[in-house]
Amino acid sequence: MARTALPGRLSPRLEWRVATLADFVDETATARTLLLDVPGWPGHLPGQHVDVRLTDEDGYSTQRSYSLAAPADGERVELTIQRVEDGEVSPYLADTLAVGDPIELRGPVGGWFLWHPSRTAPVLLVGGGSGIVPLMAMVRARRQARSRAPFRLIYSVRTPMDLIYASELRRSARDDGGLDITTVYTRSAPEAWPRPPGRLGLDDIERFGWPPQFEPTCFVCGPTGFVEHVATTLVHLGHDPRRIRTERFGPTGG
Amino acid sequence: MGIVSPGFRRKRRDDVRLPPGQYLTEDFPVLSAGPTPYVPLDRWEFTITSETGQSYQWSWDELQELPAEEPTVDIHCVTKWSKLETTWRGVSLDLLMEEVETTADFALVHCYGGYTTNLPLEDLLDGKAWVAYEFEGDELAPQHGGPARLLVPHLYFWKSAKWVRGIQLQEFDEPGFWESVGYHNYGDPWREQRYQGD
Ligand SMILES: Cc1cc2nc3c(=O)[nH]c(=O)nc-3n(C[C@H](O)[C@H](O)[C@H](O)COP(=O)(O)OP(=O)(O)OC[C@H]3O[C@@H](n4cnc5c(N)ncnc54)[C@H](O)[C@@H]3O)c2cc1C
Repeated sequence: MARTALPGRLSPRLEWRVATLADFVDETATARTLLLDVPGWPGHLPGQHVDVRLTDEDGYSTQRSYSLAAPADGERVELTIQRVEDGEVSPYLADTLAVGDPIELRGPVGGWFLWHPSRTAPVLLVGGGSGIVPLMAMVRARRQARSRAPFRLIYSVRTPMDLIYASELRRSARDDGGLDITTVYTRSAPEAWPRPPGRLGLDDIERFGWPPQFEPTCFVCGPTGFVEHVATTLVHLGHDPRRIRTERFGPTGG
Repeated sequence: MGIVSPGFRRKRRDDVRLPPGQYLTEDFPVLSAGPTPYVPLDRWEFTITSETGQSYQWSWDELQELPAEEPTVDIHCVTKWSKLETTWRGVSLDLLMEEVETTADFALVHCYGGYTTNLPLEDLLDGKAWVAYEFEGDELAPQHGGPARLLVPHLYFWKSAKWVRGIQLQEFDEPGFWESVGYHNYGDPWREQRYQGD
């Protein structure tokens, strides 16, 4: 493993910083990318996340974690928020937060679920729903570094309407050499899609992933049940558990 | 107090039993760094090794034969969820440590799957910690650490190592898995010790 200084790891204390919403992009009907200006941002690696803190007029405050969606562009960072219908924080971030509004965040956090652009070993990315976010940061960092590391991405979503980063992923599949992308639909697929809709199965992971003998690093991210299922399947297929890294997003678990 | 976010309203009422920043869940979320290891019971073993290298071992059957306790405790995850009044069954660390001769101050907990976490030894004693193998009357599910996990409810739940296989006692503190990538060395939820320096 590359021994590189990890941003966030060396700082003795993670400071809360005030970030300002500079712009946003609606990715789907329920997911919005926030472009935030964070003065003094120290940089980060793909796969790391931030903690966001919201405070109301009564002084009540609460925090949630959100993955960094792209390599930092100076002091500009991106988060992609999937609105959880009766959630406390995500609807605020996805709908209410307006350009110019402040939020507090701190980070980067996380020194395990991350990919360093100097690595050349094959990588398998498996994302479910908003679990694509940190994986997209890896895809973007790979492109930015002009890395040729062999990457395969399996992205599982319910319907074509739920695809986050759809057009960029289409471009990546065409332009980012050595990056294969497979989209798996669980509820309804586009017309003439080669694979019928259904839950991501062992066959898919075998067919669209890497053989274990290639010793890929596997990054699996999404709702808890999804991650549990995929990680267990990878182990069944013969992947070394030590090369499987997981990030579980969801509130619900087994 | 943080800066006010215009238009943000709290949705859920906190319980006084909740540490700051935690919110209540009825589910049982799963968080781990990798896939769930599956350990067959006939190969399961729990070992306490003292700082002099002396080791004390229990097979699955031996553990089951020890008197068990049924603690009902609140648990708090660093990812902000808490569960109140969870009931477990397992063997108190006080009992397991009874025979162990040690003057060590620190414990490094080892797990099947390679995970480690560190605690001061005193946080494992005096009725504060268990090797737990049942949750709410059922055997502990693999994704929650089954067959057995450490249960140290007064610290953030990453200290309650899943798939526990042993404890190394030592004179010097040594960070475990999350602790060495920036998480707090101690992890007191009431002081919100999430990351280094908190
Ligand atoms: C490391 C990490 C990275 C993440 N990255 C992203 C990301 O890039 N994009 C993204 O959209 N999300 C991400 N998440 C998830 C995110 O942190 C929030 O969990 C999510 O936005 C929901 O928060 P909320 O306040 O809107 O919902 P909540 O108010 O937390 O409610 C969520 C739902 O679960 C129920 N509920 C509430 N709290 C809990 C609980 N603790 N346990 C069980 N059920 C509960 C509620 O009734 C509701 O149905 C990430 C999570 C982690 C841990």
